[in-house]
Amino acid sequence: MSAPVMDPRIALPFPEAALPILQNSQLRKNVAHATDVIQAKRNRLVQEKADWQELRNSAAAIRAHVLANLAGYLEEFEVRCTAAGGVVHWAADADEARKIILGILRDEKADEVIKIKTMTSAEIQLNPALEAAGIRATETDLAELILQLGEDEGSHIVVPALHVNRKQVREIFAQRMGLPQLSDDPEALTAAARSYLRKKFLSVPTAICGANFLIAETGSVVIVESEGNGRMCLTLPRTLIALAGIEKVLPKFGDLEVLLQVLARSATGERMNPYTSLWSGVTPGDGPQRFHIVLLDNGRSDILARKVERQTLQCIRCAACMNTCPVYRQTGGHAYGSPYAGPIGAILTPQLEHMQHAQSLPYASSLCAACYEVCPVKINIPEVLIDLRAQVIDQEREQTARWSDPMYLGMKVANLAFASSPRFRLAQRLGRIGASFFTDRDGWIRHLPGLGGRWTLSRDLRGMPRQTFREWWAVREKAQSKEAR
Amino acid sequence: MMRASLFITCYNDTLFPETGRAAVRLLERVGVELDFHAEQTCCGQMHANTGFRGEAYSQAKRFVQLYRDVECVVIPSSSCVAMIRDQYAGLFEELGNEELRKQFAALLPRVFELSEFLTDKLKVEDVGAWFPHRVTYHASCHGLRGLHVGERPFRLLGKVRGIELAPLANLDRCCGFGGTFSIKNAEVSTAMLDAKLGDLLATKAEYCTALDNSCLMHLGGAMHRRKDGLQTIHIAEILASTEQHPYEATR
Repeated sequence: MSAPVMDPRIALPFPEAALPILQNSQLRKNVAHATDVIQAKRNRLVQEKADWQELRNSAAAIRAHVLANLAGYLEEFEVRCTAAGGVVHWAADADEARKIILGILRDEKADEVIKIKTMTSAEIQLNPALEAAGIRATETDLAELILQLGEDEGSHIVVPALHVNRKQVREIFAQRMGLPQLSDDPEALTAAARSYLRKKFLSVPTAICGANFLIAETGSVVIVESEGNGRMCLTLPRTLIALAGIEKVLPKFGDLEVLLQVLARSATGERMNPYTSLWSGVTPGDGPQRFHIVLLDNGRSDILARKVERQTLQCIRCAACMNTCPVYRQTGGHAYGSPYAGPIGAILTPQLEHMQHAQSLPYASSLCAACYEVCPVKINIPEVLIDLRAQVIDQEREQTARWSDPMYLGMKVANLAFASSPRFRLAQRLGRIGASFFTDRDGWIRHLPGLGGRWTLSRDLRGMPRQTFREWWAVREKAQSKEAR
Repeated sequence: MMRASLFITCYNDTLFPETGRAAVRLLERVGVELDFHAEQTCCGQMHANTGFRGEAYSQAKRFVQLYRDVECVVIPSSSCVAMIRDQYAGLFEELGNEELRKQFAALLPRVFELSEFLTDKLKVEDVGAWFPHRVTYHASCHGLRGLHVGERPFRLLGKVRGIELAPLANLDRCCGFGGTFSIKNAEVSTAMLDAKLGDLLATKAEYCTALDNSCLMHLGGAMHRRKDGLQTIHIAEILASTEQHPYEATR
């Protein structure tokens, strides 16, 4: 299979991108199994927390407070981080962020970097830019390494290779690491990755990481991870570059008490993630001696300015919404055509694209609200999806081609019909006549033309009944009033 | 005597009048005096959830104007009630005036989904129903996570004489209907449907019931296509069924 397209500017619309995946039963099995496992762990650990809803409320309140006071906290972070010896850069968009990072690497005369899994790096398409500049990037997260070696793309925010099973991992490692005898035993696979990566950790002097949180009060950066690869990248190299969205800041060190509890439980179903690294700027003689942080806007300020959509930025990237999503369960992440998949991707991606791309994503949801129920920072994803749909329709209203979209036309006609009951009754009568042409003798419709054919793809439709409810009621009323007389 | 106004909803009116008739039989049997405003059409859910906000607003406004003076409104469709509870306030905030917002705020506590109306307003669980069949309950997402109906439907179904309730695995997972999602993303919707049908068939039930004919139209349409013997039935029809007037005779 060719590598999936994860750039929203050129990806296919969601319904089309989903088609080949729906045919890929192995991938779907992998996704369903992996999400079931994570969800079961998550549910168990949430249930043991009697104060889970209070924790959620606190986490949501902290994140909402940050967003309401973002500029102040960012400035505070900049001051503290700079005072601690870090260099703070501001990037308005992806292009600027790439230029800043390439500039730093040029100054470092780096021709190779090691990386910790960072969604923001995928968001700004950093790896292709590094490659074009002749800089070799090695992903050190096990899942990211599998994807990099397999020339594949991530399909999940926390477990990017969730769609790959261990037999497939064995194939990739055996081929790309030159280990034909490798078994698919998990220990053997991780040992192979460890020995492959250890050389990189010890020899490459420049690392790139993301950030789970930034602490305004102390100027610290926080990274949580499970494998220790992050700890290696954060301590061994000479130069460290962090890339973080501007929304990642927290007011105080103490806020981690709440957020780390909800993050680990929601993300991996653990009470505490195995590795939590925190550092502030540079410590002489200990760890990287040059530290840069690039604070990325890339559309976030616009999201911040919108009343309903603002909550999108509360996200702490735990992916609980993806694990519970019945749509994601069927399609995995690649159908979303963006590093951010699942329910959070469906609201975040089109907004990061200023609603100029990925307009099919707000519709990639049945609005079942399972995502909202599990979100540890209480992002009302269905509410944002609906608001984004309204933005998409408002764009369509401006286009002359709108009348050739049968869905648009149908919605406008339905609106006319719903505006008064005589019109609605007329529409019901016309509908009954129209439907009769497609109704089989047994009273069921098996094939409909046009958009209706999307329904009859997998579902029959009972033909229109001879009498609507209102007709029945009217007859009954008449009979009753006659009786009364 | 309790008086209530039946908001039947556009699709029940047009496609599932038997649900409306059952709701009338049921509610009158438990002593409710019902009326039906012939001016009613749609709650606006389809438009709102597809992004047609202005259109949804006009329908929401009609709903409030039509029902602002009634004692209470009963709606045999959980997703339409969720539309009113979750989305009207936002629509009126953005597009409406102060007067409309006030009228809506006063009306909202008097709007009930059918099972809520029975258990919360009428305080009745045994409605005198008889339905000697094996039945599984599908928890429509809007009832489950929108209205938080919780155990209400089970409490009502549990009191039906002759019924055998079969538990459904993955009860909280969406069936894949999702309104226009079933059209726009027909293939993904079908994949979700397949998974749900697998769970439904495993119950070995004769009937699948729910608070919402929209999911049932999707599930029932697929069951009919596959001829797998399971049928759909709105909860109002089970609760309306009695030994004197059994479901089969009234459909």
